[in-house]
Amino acid sequence: MISLSGERQNARGIIADKINSFDTVRGTSTVKRGFAHMLKNGVVMDVTTVEQAQIAEEAGAVSVMVLDKLPSEVRKAGGVARPASIKIIEEIMDAITIPVMAKCRIGHVSEALVLQETDVDMIDESEVLTPADEFRHIWKWDLPTPVVNGARSLAEALRRIEEGASMIRTKGEPGTGNVAEAIKHIKKVNDELRTVKAIYDSGDNQDLVRIAREFKVSYDIVEQTGKLGRLPVVNFAAGGIATPADAAYLMSLGCDGIFVGSGIFHSDDAKDRARAIVLATTFWNESDKVKEAQKMIDERQSMLGLDVGTLELRMQDRGGSA
Amino acid sequence: MTLTVGVLSVQGDVYENILSLRSAIDDLGIDANAVEAKTPEEISSLDGLIIPGGESTTIGHLSLANGSMKVLKEKIANGMPILGICAGMIMLSKTASDKVVGQTDQPLLDVLDIKLERNSFGRQKQSFEADVSLDSVGISKFNGVFIRAPSVLEVGSDVDVLAKFDERIVAVKKGNVIGTSFHPELTQDVSLHKYFLSLIK
Repeated sequence: MISLSGERQNARGIIADKINSFDTVRGTSTVKRGFAHMLKNGVVMDVTTVEQAQIAEEAGAVSVMVLDKLPSEVRKAGGVARPASIKIIEEIMDAITIPVMAKCRIGHVSEALVLQETDVDMIDESEVLTPADEFRHIWKWDLPTPVVNGARSLAEALRRIEEGASMIRTKGEPGTGNVAEAIKHIKKVNDELRTVKAIYDSGDNQDLVRIAREFKVSYDIVEQTGKLGRLPVVNFAAGGIATPADAAYLMSLGCDGIFVGSGIFHSDDAKDRARAIVLATTFWNESDKVKEAQKMIDERQSMLGLDVGTLELRMQDRGGSA
Repeated sequence: MTLTVGVLSVQGDVYENILSLRSAIDDLGIDANAVEAKTPEEISSLDGLIIPGGESTTIGHLSLANGSMKVLKEKIANGMPILGICAGMIMLSKTASDKVVGQTDQPLLDVLDIKLERNSFGRQKQSFEADVSLDSVGISKFNGVFIRAPSVLEVGSDVDVLAKFDERIVAVKKGNVIGTSFHPELTQDVSLHKYFLSLIK
């Protein structure tokens, strides 16, 4: 089991007022990571308007991510990409019952605090926006609101978790409609997890120390990961997912769920495609259901994919070395 | 005979409940299996079911899509014990409204005569851990993990209140149907899962 409990004393939780003579604790690791556990086997959809958020909710999304521009538009527009307008985030929070997430720039503590004050359910410290700090990410333990981070490797994922990330999404290349990078990175993380687990099982603690140094993380988190044989937090796939089959394949690779960005609302059949991607994510191991889902979409309406090799802007590289 | 206890594996924290069930089964030393159940066929072969935490709108829409909603209602009517956690309790309820958005028209099983408020304690930032008591089922202290939790506003005459927190109803029971606002599967304490197993014959 992904150990959540037992952290109540250690977590940097906020001790709230005493109610009924019991202590109420907010912002603990259990509460923050537990939120991500509730999203499992679900789809989080990027949206820019109230209307898109309502389509997402109706289609069965577990949450929406509010952006100013979809990643593919960010790619076209160029310039500095910043978080969505607070007013739009609030309008969306008032219109739907499912959780609402929003993105802030990498390392921009004040933007994260603003989003926390806005009461979004989760903050995405995201490479889709222009990074504000080239060297450091946000120290996320101090925020009662959970934060999700992107990662392309196990080392990157564990560094983010040690900074307090409550959830990881393995990065693809956002806004391309090309799933290749997302597949590459989840496979890389899986390979590295197998290696760390094998070392842990062999009892070679010295080799775990070597891994910890190579990954630039603590020994403890490497040991914990080896013992679990998986990431210590929930892990979704993200970046370039455009079709139901894309989603089903990533679920089969062991992802806990899916983030879909431009793939839905940059296609011409958004409503059907949103529904189809949710169905394929839920029933990923039943190929007749995935086929049904795939049949709901029209390839001629899919967003035109981009070849990742020729991109001028590789969003996945942002914040990767930190 | 080996009992088969399922966790509805449409969406949410399915695996966490399977693990809690397995350690509860070990503790009790009973002959039972904990399995994932998603299709109507899988559900119809169960002796007991947990609907886990997750998003109730997602679980509801998808259970309608593959026809498991209908089988679930029949099984519960025939007395199969069922535990609904958070989103699962919302699924069991008669009516649900959201604290901010108001009345929702999401698909519900309508097997527990309760009126329920979604996101009753606020958004994620207000999510919390606190001890609750379920004295009537022999659990005096339980670490309740409340995540964007619902609460029960009104109960029908045949529904027992198992626990309250801050004057709000957070656990209910009617016959073999149990609902909780909090997440026992996110703690190491399996006493509630054990109690649920004791209802399955």
